[in-house]
Amino acid sequence: MKKKNFWRTATPYLFILPWVIGFLVFTLGPLLLSLIMSFFDWPLIGEKTFVGLGNYIQMFTEDDQVWKSLVISLKYAAIFVPLNLILALFLAMLITQPVKGVKVYRTIFYIPAVISGVAISIIWSWILNSDYGVLNYLLSLIGIEGPKWLVDPAWALFAVILASAFGVGTMMLIFYTDMKNIDTEIYEAASLDGAGPARRFFSITLPMITPTLLFNLITSIISSFQQVTLVMLLTGGGPLQSTYFYGLMTYNNAFEHHRMGYASANAWVMFVIILLLSGLVFKSSSAWVFYESEVKADNKNKKSKKHTKKLEGGK
Amino acid sequence: MKMSKKSKVIIYVLLTIVAIYFLAPFVYMLFTTFKTEAEAIAYPPSLLPEEWQWGNYLDAWTSQPFGTYFLNSVLVTVGTTAGTVLSSSLVAFGFARFNFRGKNILFIILLATMMIPWDVTMIPQYMEFNLFGWINTLLPLIVPTWFGSAYHIFLMRQFLMGIPKDYEEAARLDGANTFQIYWKIFMPILKPCLIMVGILNLLTVWNDYLGPLIFLQDRSKYTLALGLASFKGVHTTQIIPMLCITVIMIIPPIIIFVIAQKYIVEGRSGSVK
Repeated sequence: MKKKNFWRTATPYLFILPWVIGFLVFTLGPLLLSLIMSFFDWPLIGEKTFVGLGNYIQMFTEDDQVWKSLVISLKYAAIFVPLNLILALFLAMLITQPVKGVKVYRTIFYIPAVISGVAISIIWSWILNSDYGVLNYLLSLIGIEGPKWLVDPAWALFAVILASAFGVGTMMLIFYTDMKNIDTEIYEAASLDGAGPARRFFSITLPMITPTLLFNLITSIISSFQQVTLVMLLTGGGPLQSTYFYGLMTYNNAFEHHRMGYASANAWVMFVIILLLSGLVFKSSSAWVFYESEVKADNKNKKSKKHTKKLEGGK
Repeated sequence: MKMSKKSKVIIYVLLTIVAIYFLAPFVYMLFTTFKTEAEAIAYPPSLLPEEWQWGNYLDAWTSQPFGTYFLNSVLVTVGTTAGTVLSSSLVAFGFARFNFRGKNILFIILLATMMIPWDVTMIPQYMEFNLFGWINTLLPLIVPTWFGSAYHIFLMRQFLMGIPKDYEEAARLDGANTFQIYWKIFMPILKPCLIMVGILNLLTVWNDYLGPLIFLQDRSKYTLALGLASFKGVHTTQIIPMLCITVIMIIPPIIIFVIAQKYIVEGRSGSVK
């Protein structure tokens, strides 16, 4: 009998065991090790020396590149995040319109999002090439002399943003599934009351999808800080390091210069910045995120609690 | 809702403009892969090749061991997809269908791990795999997925939470043990979600660049993404072979997405909430 009881208690743990092991070995262990390494001068091969906060001090007092790269990454995030959100919202609005064949468009809009960053960077470096690129040719047809996208430090960041916006489909799809869930009766009632399309968007759609907006905002802030593949292959961080993103700098410090300890410190600073920014966004969200359940809370308190919990749990 | 003819026209115009923006690069690229190198860098550019160079793809394919890269990509994709679907569903089942001590805190930890940027863990992971002797093998790319992925566990758990308790109870009365309940009852119910997770993983892994870049060294171990990117390292980059391989590389994900988009689009609904 005792044995049977043991198994009954142990069963759920056995099911989650794979994740627990994976968490310890591939997440928690590396996370702690990375924190420890950040206090060491830790070359790939050879003697490791404890330097205390040395790496962090060096980052902010001696290494100009850290500040430059931080500014570049922040600049990228500041332009890319809102642009991507607005584009995704706009496209999601388009593909929720009740017109024939709209599903075909939905597929087309999502296609660039299923394509490798390597392929995207190759396609865009070819389109944006300043000698034979087709974009500048098309611009010349309407009398505009296109910039030297990837060679001109003033334009390279913009080129990276242009290429990253190509993958807007992922976010579009998340908005889309959310908009689809909005009851059409609400729109009909609003129309009867004389609300035009703009009014319907700002008074119904936008408030209804604010939880998703919050989710997309946070994930895109995180991903814009982690952007490496695209810059590595599109510009290589150049020209004149104008697109030397923070993530690329961290990668290079680790795997090009083999300064594992210093790169770990770089990564931890990035982690803290991401946490701070996400925290700020979360904090502000109570002012602009609208949970349907909160309105119903007056009459159905219990149910609403459950619902909000579910929303908060969302990745 | 009824829509006026005028607004319908506006919507179609907008849809078409955006569709052209997304499709034009691919169409233009496809035509270019049949041009000669000189034609590809000619200015002003032309849309169609003067003379169709059908041999371009074969030349590109044989310019590097792309057969090997392709096989490696397939191995990693299949290995990780099987791993994450099996392990994530086990863990999701554990979180969704049982009550046990520490469940909530463990689940919060699981959600929190999704916030950790890979930049933080990649360096120690590299050293860890180096210690295991796994560098320059496909193992670092495959093995971790056999321990579940937080995002996939989360998606499946949300799905499983919605299934009534009666299912287990009926099965238990029939004498099924817990593992049988998971495997014979819940796996079939979970199928649409498993397919969605499988496809999401397949696309991510097929397209992954940084993982292979860090863990693989020899060309014989390269994945397609890595092989394709290696064109860019060469100073006198040849455009045509690079574009041919790009086309080859993007075809499988597009086909899979077009066939299976139903699962991705429908499976996503409710996943955020």
